[in-house]
Amino acid sequence: MKRKSVAIVGASETTELGVIPHLSQMGLHADAALNAMADCGLSPKDIDGVATAGQSPTEIAWYLGITPTYVDGTSVGGCSFMLHVRHAAAAINEGLCNTVLITHGESGRSGIGRGGFGGGPSTLGGQFEAPYGIFGAPNTFTIPVLRYMKQYGVTEEQLAMVAVVQREWAGRNPRAAMRDPITVDDVLSSRLIAWPFHLLECCLVSDGGGALILTSAERAKDFPTKPVYILGTGESVETPMVSQMEDLTSSRAFKVSGKKAFDEAGISHKDVDHLMIYDAFAHLPLYGLEDLGFVGRGEAPAFIAEGNTRMGGKLPLNTNGGGLSYAHSGMYGMFALQESVRQMRGTAPAQVAGAKIAVSHGVGGMFGAAGTIIMSNEAP
Amino acid sequence: MCQVIFVADIRKPLPKATPETQEFWDGVKQGKFILQRCNDPKCAKVYFPPRPFCPVCASRSVSSFAGSGRGKLASYVINHRPAPGFDAPYGICIVDLDEGPRLMTSIVGVPQTPEALVLDMAVELAPTVASDEISLPTFRPVGA
Ligand SMILES: [Zn+2]
Repeated sequence: MKRKSVAIVGASETTELGVIPHLSQMGLHADAALNAMADCGLSPKDIDGVATAGQSPTEIAWYLGITPTYVDGTSVGGCSFMLHVRHAAAAINEGLCNTVLITHGESGRSGIGRGGFGGGPSTLGGQFEAPYGIFGAPNTFTIPVLRYMKQYGVTEEQLAMVAVVQREWAGRNPRAAMRDPITVDDVLSSRLIAWPFHLLECCLVSDGGGALILTSAERAKDFPTKPVYILGTGESVETPMVSQMEDLTSSRAFKVSGKKAFDEAGISHKDVDHLMIYDAFAHLPLYGLEDLGFVGRGEAPAFIAEGNTRMGGKLPLNTNGGGLSYAHSGMYGMFALQESVRQMRGTAPAQVAGAKIAVSHGVGGMFGAAGTIIMSNEAP
Repeated sequence: MCQVIFVADIRKPLPKATPETQEFWDGVKQGKFILQRCNDPKCAKVYFPPRPFCPVCASRSVSSFAGSGRGKLASYVINHRPAPGFDAPYGICIVDLDEGPRLMTSIVGVPQTPEALVLDMAVELAPTVASDEISLPTFRPVGA
């Protein structure tokens, strides 16, 4: 952090203070944010970074109409906003974003619209999604896919192929939970979870975890392990409610995050040797391949069905077997990153020979958030 | 538009209105789908769910109006793992309103099957009475 390289340019409290029974907690965040933007003459379209605590930054960004390339949900108690300032300074210096909005709102006295991450009947999700019988990811994350299938003429058999190909990869991974080969018929005859999704198109439920340690490229040379360099990074959020996606056939967060990472890495798609796309359900690799730009709109189902992502194909995808066949603890992103690192180190059970560049793409919520990390094993 | 009233199971999760959404929930009780519009003529964005400012240009000058209550079925799943108070299988649907905004909802009064839930079919507001305070903005096929 260079001294005096970043400054606070807008600042404001909520319009009222003390007892505010006519605004929800989200409303307090928004009121303070609008006032701070007015203070320095900015509008939401000028903001490309969002930080908050005690409330999802996805909610804040969507509620205010912000499309961020930097998101900080660090939540460590009352000092969280000091940490947000620090992270924002680093982010701005690093070029992750230009203008960060940090918000606080708390209906501490009146208790209106409290609940933060998805709890409570007065939250956005509590009012506008929970009443219709959503019950966890399997019947919520999956809702957009019928629109995608109709728009591009995708069949249930093609959707099932995602699970079939990933099971082939899992068969090469001794740690994968599900290793026996499956057919399209096996997938389509497995139990219905939320039509058109069958059991074998939904992720596993596993115990497990992972960790990563990062250091400077300079220091990395002194470690005994083969360094895996970060080439490019991206992040974004869209909406806390799947029903509010701008386009049911495409994730805005995927597109923004992926473009940021590719631009930062300075590579093109043909340079990518190995790809991980967080697959909580079978449609996610389809959306991921298209939104990251590996194939055109509507081309992903045929791309997978034709074998391009299987062993020996031109774009090996989810080579551990993915959340569908390897493991899924709940926050699977760490497992996608671990497989990317193994591939870059040359130590993966289903190693892609000569792989030099790996892309690891994760999702958060139900198309709510995205993060993209591009790695290389070639020294800078 | 709401001669038929569908009554919800009391075990189902119920929305709790906030000051920003109270007008919307009051509207559903009266058979209306209240939307909001930005008053800036250069913007004029119609949006949902309700909030006291425009999500496109951030103007605090916005108005409420009764929408047509009509739209098209955009996507759905037929859920086989019921939430408490629900009997599976049932559809969880997304409707695109004629005015532009989309919402999650249920299509009521028809079988919860792929044959009855046809993508892009026209639907209209058919509220479900859930409690004394809350009616849900559920929909049914036009002409059903
Ligand atoms: Zn506007």
